[in-house]
Amino acid sequence: MIDGQPVNAGSTARRWMVTFGRFWWEFLVGDTPELLIGVVAVVGVLAVICLRPGLRTAAAFVGPVLVAGVLTLSVRRAVRRSR
Amino acid sequence: MLIAASTPTGALVMVTAVFLASAVEMVEALTIVLAVGVTRGWRSALEGVAAALAVLAVLVLALGPALVHYVPLSALRLVVGTLLLVFGLQWLRKAVLRASGLKARHDEDAIYAEQVAGLSGSPPAVGRDATAFAVAFKGVFLEGLEVVVIVITLGSTSHRLGLAALAAAVAVVVVAAVGVVVHRQLSGVPENAMKMGVGLMLVSFGTFWSAEGVHVSWPGNDLAVPVLVAWYGMIAWLLVLALGHHARAPMGRPVPTVEPSRD
Repeated sequence: MIDGQPVNAGSTARRWMVTFGRFWWEFLVGDTPELLIGVVAVVGVLAVICLRPGLRTAAAFVGPVLVAGVLTLSVRRAVRRSR
Repeated sequence: MLIAASTPTGALVMVTAVFLASAVEMVEALTIVLAVGVTRGWRSALEGVAAALAVLAVLVLALGPALVHYVPLSALRLVVGTLLLVFGLQWLRKAVLRASGLKARHDEDAIYAEQVAGLSGSPPAVGRDATAFAVAFKGVFLEGLEVVVIVITLGSTSHRLGLAALAAAVAVVVVAAVGVVVHRQLSGVPENAMKMGVGLMLVSFGTFWSAEGVHVSWPGNDLAVPVLVAWYGMIAWLLVLALGHHARAPMGRPVPTVEPSRD
């Protein structure tokens, strides 16, 4: 009982899960969702390239270039937001 | 395919990354703990530190071996590598913005003064001080959580969890010992440069493992990791150079920073 009201275990658990999820979202993503989206996109592109075994070494050169692009876009976004 | 950090070169980069990340986070935690200890008393502050370190150690012991033993290596590399890449890019992005003057540099003196001012408002409690315990616990836990993520991801994926945990523990001991000796916050530590280095290494390992998770074939196997560090170092340097003029007014004075520094 809290303030004379029965405690709903389901809603308490749900609230706890939401708080827990929000903490990890803030911790891992925060105000830079473009990094998460960009990284998932880069890994996806590499996975598609690697479907052809002959291109697996070439993908090793593509990945770092794409990651550098994601970093550059995120930094540019920070600069744009400052204006 | 060899696992990054299975060779001396990979292991050295991994240990360096964990040590630097732990040291820089523990410097930040030490600033908070010192502020709590000086203003509210040491007993509850140190109890908060001990409790936070215990919880962090339990997290590493519970999650690390479970990941190593129960998750297939290819899946581990893909998920952990992706996580590490996102995490590392966040560190690197902040370091680039700080180095180019677009984000306030981390200032331990200012954080210490802010903490002391906040904690001096009410008199310390007699006996156990819940405020001192909570602030010290939260400071060490939140700073340490980043270290735990780095130790677990780097350690489990390279199958060197013990070495990664040891590197983190040594960093904690070194920072604590230096803190006790100098008895003040470590504002002289080049935190921003260290964070740049950690960001470069996390992004490099993240790239390596996430790519291996989707079957990319790295020329030179593990030797690709230092090459990636050099590549991302060059990109970060170019970004700092390119952004440098944005952060300067016509008379060469820095313009106000776009983002405050909270971490």
